[in-house]
Amino acid sequence: MPEDTVAHQFNTMEQQREADTLGMWIFLATEVMFFGGLILCYTFARFSYPQAFEEASHRLYVGYGGPNTAILLCSSLTMAFAVQSAQLGRRRATVAFLLGTACLGLAFLVVKGFEYHTDYVEQLVPRWHFKWEGSEAPHAELFFWLYFTLTALHAIHVTIGIGLLLVMAVLAARRKISAENHMPAEITGLYWHFVDIVWVFLFPLLYLIGHRQ
Amino acid sequence: MNTTQINLIEPAGDEARENYLTEHTVRSWLLTTDHKRIGILYLLSILVFFAIAAVAAAMMRIELLTPNGHLVLPETYNKLFTIHGVLMVWFFLIPSIPSVLGNFVIPMMIGARDVAFPKLNLLSWYLFLVGGALAVYSVIIGGVDTGWTFYTPYSSTYSNSNVVTMIAGVFVAGFSSILTGLNFIVTIHKMRAPGMTWFRLPLFIWSLYSTSLILVLATPVLAITLLAISVERIWGVGIFDPDLGGDPVLFQHMFWFYSHPAVYVMILPGMGVISELVTCFSRKTIFGYYFIAFSSIAIAVVGFLVWGHHMFVSSQSIYAGLVFSVLSFIVAAPSAIKVFNWTATLYKGSISYDTPMLYALAFIGLFTIGGLTGLFLAALAVDVHLHDTYFVIAHFHYIMVGGMVTGFMGGLHYWWPKISGRMYPESLGRIAALVTFIGFNLTFFPQFLLGYLGQPRRYHSYPPEFQIFHVLSTAGASVLMIGYLMPLCYFVWSLWYGKKAPANPWEATGLEWKTASPPPCDNFEETPLVTHKPYQYKPEELREGAQHA
Amino acid sequence: MTPAIVPARTYLVIFGLLMALLFATVAAAYIDLGQLNLPLAMAIASVKALLIIVFLMHLRHASRLTQLFASIGFFWLAILLLLAMSDYVSRLW
Repeated sequence: MPEDTVAHQFNTMEQQREADTLGMWIFLATEVMFFGGLILCYTFARFSYPQAFEEASHRLYVGYGGPNTAILLCSSLTMAFAVQSAQLGRRRATVAFLLGTACLGLAFLVVKGFEYHTDYVEQLVPRWHFKWEGSEAPHAELFFWLYFTLTALHAIHVTIGIGLLLVMAVLAARRKISAENHMPAEITGLYWHFVDIVWVFLFPLLYLIGHRQ
Repeated sequence: MNTTQINLIEPAGDEARENYLTEHTVRSWLLTTDHKRIGILYLLSILVFFAIAAVAAAMMRIELLTPNGHLVLPETYNKLFTIHGVLMVWFFLIPSIPSVLGNFVIPMMIGARDVAFPKLNLLSWYLFLVGGALAVYSVIIGGVDTGWTFYTPYSSTYSNSNVVTMIAGVFVAGFSSILTGLNFIVTIHKMRAPGMTWFRLPLFIWSLYSTSLILVLATPVLAITLLAISVERIWGVGIFDPDLGGDPVLFQHMFWFYSHPAVYVMILPGMGVISELVTCFSRKTIFGYYFIAFSSIAIAVVGFLVWGHHMFVSSQSIYAGLVFSVLSFIVAAPSAIKVFNWTATLYKGSISYDTPMLYALAFIGLFTIGGLTGLFLAALAVDVHLHDTYFVIAHFHYIMVGGMVTGFMGGLHYWWPKISGRMYPESLGRIAALVTFIGFNLTFFPQFLLGYLGQPRRYHSYPPEFQIFHVLSTAGASVLMIGYLMPLCYFVWSLWYGKKAPANPWEATGLEWKTASPPPCDNFEETPLVTHKPYQYKPEELREGAQHA
Repeated sequence: MTPAIVPARTYLVIFGLLMALLFATVAAAYIDLGQLNLPLAMAIASVKALLIIVFLMHLRHASRLTQLFASIGFFWLAILLLLAMSDYVSRLW
């Protein structure tokens, strides 16, 4: 099968696999630095306005954020199984797990959508629909700027991930992903797990500042 | 010479063998995944952006001929220095050696058929074009007046110019650099020919590897910073807005975290070229290979720790200023080490003054001046007086033009025979190098004096007593322009009328010289096997050389 | 060399650990630990991230080189955060 042959620039399949893996991890390092810039913004703001940030954080619902974190963790599990199925050459299982992961990603976005709607209704959207009763209203607004920017950026990455997963599912269905050529699934998995890791950090940083009553 | 198992390939008579240039169709160029063609595509693209930025510079220099020049409105002057900076930094200098010479030469130097991810390489070029188109478009629809540094809150709140469009262009081009850096890192790690161990690599590879590390780790921070400005402009609120308790200086931290390492992106590749030229044209092995190799890595790493020296007078804490100042002195050391080693390489070498060597020698002198003046600026107390003056402008132009562009020209002349299969006319080459050297110094040395005397940068008008320096500078710029136009003309001329080049016109070491000029599509007929260190020039005399030292 | 196949059981155990840590994070947020709430939350998040990276992303089976590049992003982010925040922290000294 053409997909089993080594790409032209490489000498062996092992060289290709190692290059692909290294390449993806380097890309993930760039993503760490990309989100990292906003993490610096967050660190500066939270350091400067700890009280306002704690108050603002408590207006977010752990009822949305917690389950969403669980959804993404489940999706990482299904992703791991998808990659394993690809390694074992199990076509149906690969497709099923890839689609399952995509569905869970979609569920995350749906929950996020409902959450954004709630945020809007509660007037927590900076400048466009913002009302703050407590003290330090500008600093609370700054928190919500960071909240929306960070979660929107993350959501964009989730969306891209879902797209990739659907493409991979089609490739797997068409036998273009196989035991000999499972790297596309593995690489997609790396990306998806990274998106999960970003959320693992965002959740406590945004939803769990200080302590709740 | 390296012992290889490949056959030395020479073009037979006037009939060139099939090589990477043979196929002519537009499709074969626009859809190529051949690193050599992609290098050429980049070359053509950066020339366009260079030309636009040069025109902007010319207009500025004409405006500055008189103390209250009226060539352009003051607002337009601001747009001119902005587009000059944006295009020169992101669309000329950063891609110049890496994306042109790096793309062309790296796989050949390490004995590979191509880079690790050829399709990604092509994507990098298209992203670069899209970014450039957006940046130029932002000029066409009215320009941007923030300076290439986009300082907040002007860029995020108050400027009425097309900031988001231009930022979008830089953002997209940033991804082009990230992908190129990623490609080079994986290529250098995974695609080396048998026997090509790390310490048998030419120093050009070490430089480009270090450059790629910077590209990959720094550029994403620029991307998010620019995104944050755009969000703030569109949304009307943001992290840099003091009304919300945000901090405009936070922007400067994020911007310079990228932009300082970026200036090392804009010199390391040039340094890599010099190591190649200095050895070949003094017929000597490099002095201090390990020092030069590791100093490249050191520059890349330590270069990430000094960004605050751009912010000494921006209300940064004095303690942070102290730390950044000390680190900035430390980062000069690895660069100085390179200069010492190149000089030691020249010592008792058999020097020939071919065009590439003229550029290399110019680089060593001009880069040293530029680098030393950086130390003036790294000293806190001195910087208070010199910050935002022409001294800074002269400093970075000595490094970026006197250094990097000179290195680029040297490399372009050195590898031209390999790229095109033709020789450029040598006497014209030497004349152009000399013209460039004279023009460059006439343009930028007076600017050191201007800065010392207190002329601020980015001003379109100035006190009359400064005029003589501006006149000298503008005169120099005209000469410099001739120096750059000459190679453009004779390189193009050489494509049709230049002497056909042999595989190794300079009798240089290095795997790229073991294959035909121009090379075949896969670079080598057979995978080379490397058994020696690089730069084995006159190896039999090296043993005697030990007695001379 | 074909890559090692991780048994399904390992994935399930790691998943269990991740969910347990998620509950721990949320539970800890309802306890007043003063200044410790933040370091604790970050520590738990870091452990979760490590579990995902080492086991789900197969880093334990990857080459030393890959492992190096996997960690380099976090080190570089640390440089950005520490050195930039050193300005803000020391402004009032």
